[in-house]
Amino acid sequence: MFSTRNFNRSKPVLFILILFPSLLWAYQFVTGNLGVNPIEKLMDELGLMALRLIIITLMITTLSNIKPLKSIVVLRRMIGLFAFFYVCLHFSTYIVLDHFLDMKFIIQDIIKRPFITFGFISFLFLIPLASTSTNNMIKRLGFKLWKKIHYLIYPVAILASMHFYVLVRADKTEPVIYMGIIILLLLHRIFKRLTRPQLAQ
Amino acid sequence: MKILGSEITPYKTYLNRRKFIKGSLASAMLATVTSSAFANHDSDLSIYTKNLNENDKLNSYEEITTYNNFYEFGTHKKHPHLNSGNFKPRPWTIKIDGLVKKPQTFDLEKILSNVTIEDRVYRLRCVEAWSMVIPWQGFQLSELIKMAEPLSSAKYVQFVTVFRPEEMPGQQKRTIIWPYREGLRMDEAMNPLTILATGLYGHEMPNQNGAPIRLVVPWKYGFKSIKSIVEIRFLDTQPETSWETLAPWEYGFYANVNPNVNHPRWSQGTERRIGEFKRRETLMFNGYEKEVAHLYKDLDLTKFY
Repeated sequence: MFSTRNFNRSKPVLFILILFPSLLWAYQFVTGNLGVNPIEKLMDELGLMALRLIIITLMITTLSNIKPLKSIVVLRRMIGLFAFFYVCLHFSTYIVLDHFLDMKFIIQDIIKRPFITFGFISFLFLIPLASTSTNNMIKRLGFKLWKKIHYLIYPVAILASMHFYVLVRADKTEPVIYMGIIILLLLHRIFKRLTRPQLAQ
Repeated sequence: MKILGSEITPYKTYLNRRKFIKGSLASAMLATVTSSAFANHDSDLSIYTKNLNENDKLNSYEEITTYNNFYEFGTHKKHPHLNSGNFKPRPWTIKIDGLVKKPQTFDLEKILSNVTIEDRVYRLRCVEAWSMVIPWQGFQLSELIKMAEPLSSAKYVQFVTVFRPEEMPGQQKRTIIWPYREGLRMDEAMNPLTILATGLYGHEMPNQNGAPIRLVVPWKYGFKSIKSIVEIRFLDTQPETSWETLAPWEYGFYANVNPNVNHPRWSQGTERRIGEFKRRETLMFNGYEKEVAHLYKDLDLTKFY
């Protein structure tokens, strides 16, 4: 049931499911159905979607440790690239719709406001991840180097959740839940590494 | 700058207008089912717009009543509208205590029969860098302060919001320390721009906007304009205020709208006027510089933000 083939087969459906919200929000935005403050709403929805997808990619790695679910890892690249897609939409909403390409203001904003700094660095770290997400790139870089680059997903996830945490004014429950999940997933990886039988050097 | 509702509507006319609105609502509902439920206020807006600055446009009743912060009903800006249905704003009393001749509790109806309700169209600037233009009905806070008879030693006024977790679901969670508290310096409280609002767009104050009575201080960030007030205290020292207590590095006691003082979370240089696509420049004291700048001439506004 959880064969590589079946996971691969589910990809087109998954693709449409994950793409759908962006199309819906774009449609609602254009038709004026995103509420009283549509730009803020669009930015919030896109950002939250991106954060959730980043967390899902981390979960996939953890799940793939369970023997019968080993093959789930074939979904990781697509979901990771979708996370990047939503981050790009989130960031361009901020730059184009929210600040109308006022670059002087935007640069000041990124430097001065910690939550924007966190979000921006997280976005920068995602760029090498996304651009090396092809089989060809893995071959060219070699698996070892490729894997090292992709460790960047950890600072990406932590910074993205901090970006959300600092933004929230009073009730931090939701960002704390996301941070908690990320920390648990990271702890699991550390634990695994520590208990793994040492390889002969 | 035309910002003051210089035309005063006596309370009786105000009540009559309210009756008229109710009547027209009923007939409007009979006439057409498709008309929006939000269109039930006075359709002649000229009573509000004639006091409007040329750069400003009234926000709609729907915008004002479905998008605002009132953490007592939840932390999202749609929550006050969605979660305030069980709140009962009548009957209502306001306790007056602290440095006054005689501490007492006023019935809201008694207060209202002693004051003049006026239309005041004000810009509202939220610290989150969005803004609206709202036609309030209310009376000058100074009128109530005169009724309260504070002692000359009273230098500050503190306000307290009602605490009813069973009617205000947001209060069941300790997002802020309840009840919500705010404060003003006495000269700020006595300024003619400072009002206690009891209605908007000719309606009684909707629950989500601070029924039945709230403060409106148009040159300060929105969180200073405390809602659903049950207690007013006169003090000789600067009172603690809710947001300042929670995050003093972000929110000060004064909280004057000031595009030159940075906030760690939001740039205060620009704002999004709800309903507009492009941001606009934020004005010093929210555009009420002429009326209030003199209050702060000896104050370093970067230190006392």
